Amino acid sequence: MIPLSYFLVVSALLFSIAVAGIFLNRKNMIILLMCIELMLLAVNLNFIAFSHYLGDMAGQVFVFFILTVAAAEAAIGLAILVTVFRNRRTINVEELDEMKG
Amino acid sequence: MTFQLFVFYFFSAVTLLSAVAVVTVRNPVFSALFLILAFFSSAATWVLLEAEFLGVVLVLVYVGAVMVLFLFVIMMLDIQIDTLREGFIRYLPVGLIVAIAMAVELILVMKSGVFNRDIPEPAPLSVSNTEALGEILYTEYVFPFEIAAVILVVAIIAAIVLTHRRRTGVKKQDPSKQVRVRSEDRVRLVKMKSEERQ
Repeated sequence: MIPLSYFLVVSALLFSIAVAGIFLNRKNMIILLMCIELMLLAVNLNFIAFSHYLGDMAGQVFVFFILTVAAAEAAIGLAILVTVFRNRRTINVEELDEMKG
Repeated sequence: MTFQLFVFYFFSAVTLLSAVAVVTVRNPVFSALFLILAFFSSAATWVLLEAEFLGVVLVLVYVGAVMVLFLFVIMMLDIQIDTLREGFIRYLPVGLIVAIAMAVELILVMKSGVFNRDIPEPAPLSVSNTEALGEILYTEYVFPFEIAAVILVVAIIAAIVLTHRRRTGVKKQDPSKQVRVRSEDRVRLVKMKSEERQ
């Protein structure tokens, strides 16, 4: 039997790698979206591990909803990306500064 | 080492290594392919945790739909990799420091007594995983389920509206114009005298 903390450690490492990826690839919007997917994967792994060890199906239902929302987010994010590229011919985050925040 | 533990180590290692590859390789196409590998191996981990349905869904929805979408977009856009890669070395130290600090903190918490105590093996379900998930999803969580459907519809409409290109100079039907048309616009009745026979 694998202890619960093993899964939690793997998930923590996965999340940290995704955070590092956001720092390293802060110009490339596509890689940023992929890093968000990795983070969601880490969170889902946590949910499923707890669901298994506590014998509660609610965790898996949450993962189901997270998958749904993440798919919607990826579709809209990529649509925005395509629109940005069509208008500016670049996906470099540093050059997208029209709004000047 | 039991077989389960070996499977766990193997698939976790593949997941973590491919996650590292996702954030470090030069070419975005390779990043997307490594992300697919990460999804596949985590699906295996989920199956190990007896979440078979979600493992299958991860492969079908993520590898089958979302990652294909990613690959389509990457190949559709004409990206200069070099300009996007500058700053990688510059941000490497800060990124590593933040990531390592975060990982160490999380692991310290998870190795502490709260999560590390021996949880007894849960009793096996009497029904299959899919059946148990469906039973709870369509009763207790039916309203969130409907909201998820609405969110998907919103995503479909938003994606289409955002990427739809309005081309000018194309001959196409305008349904609102067609509906608004009245008989007077189409048929003109002309009163005239009958012609004389020649």
